[in-house]
Amino acid sequence: MSLAKRIIPCLDVKNGRVVKGVKFVDIRDAGDPVEVARRYDREGADEITFLDITASSDDRDTIMHVVEKVAEEVFIPLTVGGGIREVKDVRRMLNAGADKVGINTAAVFNPEFVKEASDRVGSQCIVVAIDAKKVSEDTEQDRWEIFTHGGRKSTGIDAVEWAIKMVDYGAGEILLTSMDRDGTKKGFDLDLTSTISDAVSVPVIASGGVGNLEHLADGIIKGKADAVLAASIFHFAEYSVEEAKQYMASKGIEVRL
Amino acid sequence: MAQIVVIDYGMGNLRSVAKAIEHVAPDQSVVISSDINTIASAERVVFPGQGAARDCMRELEARKLTQAVLVAAKEKPFLGICMGMHILLNHSEENNGIDCLGLYEGDVRFFGKNLKNDQGEKLKIPHMGWNNVKQVIEHPLWHDIGDDSRFYFVHSYYMNPQDTELIAATSDYAIEFVSAIAKDKVFAVQFHPEKSAQDGLQLLRNFTQWDGC
Repeated sequence: MSLAKRIIPCLDVKNGRVVKGVKFVDIRDAGDPVEVARRYDREGADEITFLDITASSDDRDTIMHVVEKVAEEVFIPLTVGGGIREVKDVRRMLNAGADKVGINTAAVFNPEFVKEASDRVGSQCIVVAIDAKKVSEDTEQDRWEIFTHGGRKSTGIDAVEWAIKMVDYGAGEILLTSMDRDGTKKGFDLDLTSTISDAVSVPVIASGGVGNLEHLADGIIKGKADAVLAASIFHFAEYSVEEAKQYMASKGIEVRL
Repeated sequence: MAQIVVIDYGMGNLRSVAKAIEHVAPDQSVVISSDINTIASAERVVFPGQGAARDCMRELEARKLTQAVLVAAKEKPFLGICMGMHILLNHSEENNGIDCLGLYEGDVRFFGKNLKNDQGEKLKIPHMGWNNVKQVIEHPLWHDIGDDSRFYFVHSYYMNPQDTELIAATSDYAIEFVSAIAKDKVFAVQFHPEKSAQDGLQLLRNFTQWDGC
C-alpha cells in the first residue's frame, strides 16, 4: 500500500457554466460547475481541475466565484487554470479556495513569473501546464515542442528542456497535454508522457486524447504518469470516475477506492 | 466568544480549513484570526500552514504569535496541519536549516532526491496525492476512520520526532514516515484533512468534539 495514482476530471468553464465541446468547437452548455464537481466528488475523483476558457479577462471574477462555491462543499483538492498571468491572479484563486493554479501561456511568455509565483505561495500550489506537439519526422528521434494558441503556434521551445526548466523555476507539478492527441480519443502520447516523466522530479499529469479506460491505465503504466486527466469521457457520462478506478485497479494500479 | 480559531499567520489556504470545519460543525463558530486575545479565548485551535518553514517562522514571529501558539498547544485541543505540524519540532532541514517552535524534540527532514520504491520505480517529490495512514495508537480523532484509510498529502519534508511515543500514525513513501502525532491536547497531521473527502471531514468532526483527553 502506498501513494495512489490519481484520476482528475477536468471541467471547461465558460462564463460560469460547464461547457462541453471538442477542441473548443461545437461548445454546448453542460451545467452548473458546482453540481458537476459534486458528482465527480461522489464518484471518487481524487482532484478536480477547472479550466477557465472565458474569452474576456473582464469575466475572470466569474471563475473565482465558481471556485468559492465549489470549495464550500467539495473537500478534495481543486486546481484552476486559464488566464493566470500575475501573482495577484494566483493569490485570488488560492484565497477563493483553489489548492493549485495552472500556469500555461504566461509561463511561456514570462518564465520568471513561475519563479515569482512559487516563491510567494510555494511550489506545491504551482502547476505548469505544457502543451506539446511532436515536431520530429518518423525517421528521426522523437522531439516535441511547446505550442501556444490551442496548438496552432509553435514557440520553437523543446518540450523536455522546458519541463526541466519549469521544475527548476519552482513548478510543483506538470500538466502535460499532447496537442496531437487532444480531442482525438486515441489515447495519450505515451512516448511524450514517459519521456517528460523520466526527465523531471515532480509529478506529471497526463492529458489529451483519452477515449476509453484502457487509455487511462496506459497513461500510468506505459506513460509513467502520476495522475491522469480527462474531460469528455466523464462529461458525456460514457464512464464514471468510479468505473475508471475499478478498471485501473484491475490492471494492478494503486488507486483510492 | 469564538469557539474554534484557525490561526492566521499569512500562510496557506485558511478558508478551506475553516469551510471544512463549518461543514462538520455547523453549530460552532469558526474564526480565522491572528489576534492573540482571540486565540487565547478560543475553545479549540487549528494551526494550519503551507509553504516554506522559513516563511512560516518569519510570519509567526512578525505577528508575535509564537508564544500564543505554544500556550494554545498546552491549554486546549490543538490541531496542527502539514507545516503546522512540522514547526512544532525544534528544527527543520528546509531552507538550509531553520529553528522552529521546539514544542517537541526532533527535526524535519527532506525525503531526498532519486527516491525509489521497492520495485526500483522512481518516486516523485513532492509526495503528492492520496496515501494510506496506518493508525498506531487509539485516539478519539481516529473515531469512525478505518485503519489504513487514504488521506491527501502534499509535502517534500517529513517530521522525525525523537520521542517515538508521539507517533499516532505512519505512512509509506520509500520510507515509513510519521504522518500523525499525538500528545496531551495536541494532535497534528502531515496530510490535509480539509482536502481528504469523507475521512478528512470525519477527522475534523472528531476534533470539534474532542475535549483534549
